[in-house]
Amino acid sequence: MNSLFEYTLRLGDDSLMIGHRLSEWCGHGPILEEDIAMTNIALDFVGQATSLLELAGKFEGKGRSGDDLAFLRFDRDYKNVLLVEQPNVDFGVTMMRQFLFDAYRKPLFERLQYASNKEIAAIAEKSLKETKYHLRHSSEWVIRLGDGTEESHTRIQEALDNLWRYTGELFYSDDVDKELIAAGEIPSMDGLEKEWRQTVNEVLAEATLKIPESDWQFDGGRKGMHSEHLGYILTELQYMQRAYPGLEW
Amino acid sequence: MSNKEWPLWEVFIRSKQGLNHKHVGSLRAADEEMAIDNARDVYTRRSEGISIWVVLSSNVFASDPSEAPELYEPSDSKIYRHPTFYDVPDEIQHM
Repeated sequence: MNSLFEYTLRLGDDSLMIGHRLSEWCGHGPILEEDIAMTNIALDFVGQATSLLELAGKFEGKGRSGDDLAFLRFDRDYKNVLLVEQPNVDFGVTMMRQFLFDAYRKPLFERLQYASNKEIAAIAEKSLKETKYHLRHSSEWVIRLGDGTEESHTRIQEALDNLWRYTGELFYSDDVDKELIAAGEIPSMDGLEKEWRQTVNEVLAEATLKIPESDWQFDGGRKGMHSEHLGYILTELQYMQRAYPGLEW
Repeated sequence: MSNKEWPLWEVFIRSKQGLNHKHVGSLRAADEEMAIDNARDVYTRRSEGISIWVVLSSNVFASDPSEAPELYEPSDSKIYRHPTFYDVPDEIQHM
């Protein structure tokens, strides 16, 4: 297995899918200001996906471009975590999903910016600035919705209860990352989960939300085994390139 | 569900070149921190600024448009307040 390709693909697919999910809010935000904020953030992620998938294609060495990877793979070939493909449902669910993901992305990019692999390091360094703002934005909302009205509290607690079982997969580790760490391409991920958990504990405590007691966790996304939601995303995402191959505008 | 609208905020942005914060518009937000975040997203997307102020619109006290004649028109006839009534020596080329 080409670990550099696989690892970069995982990062790129995470950005692509959560960016796509956020873009679904375009024109549907609860208020104009938030509509613009979510669309801005969606574009940050699509930008990251562009750089990461382009790089993945280079690592693969088979002449596939970032666009080829984004638009012309089958569902089993996408390696994003299940969390990022979960549906928006409502603003609370979207913000909770975003928060759980941003809290992982920040310490991840903080490590990857020092990767010996200069291309991964450069993308991580640029993305880290965006991610810090994303985390600030989603944390603020989780706190306000959790510690808001009775209805907002109930709904975002429910979002947390439903999404919690997708968070274990954020720290999925296999031969792909182990090989890159051993080869010195990327730094060690020691303490990543602990840092994530600390952010999560702090923000959820301030939001007066309770972490579910069940430790049962889904995984499969990193191996290409997805929830049914990915198919629907791909139908929309790939339609244009499938219907009009090579279309550009 | 509450339909209460969030308060209105006036947004001031300081650009990279400027020393002063300039009024750029207004927006709605639940509190001052969210107002800063929203202002960042609404008014600095194209690198317009490096500093943001937000002020509750309700804290802005404005002059009354119906009083405009007595407030502003008297100065129209006082052209001597503009520094244009003296000769600039030829030696000074750029003023």
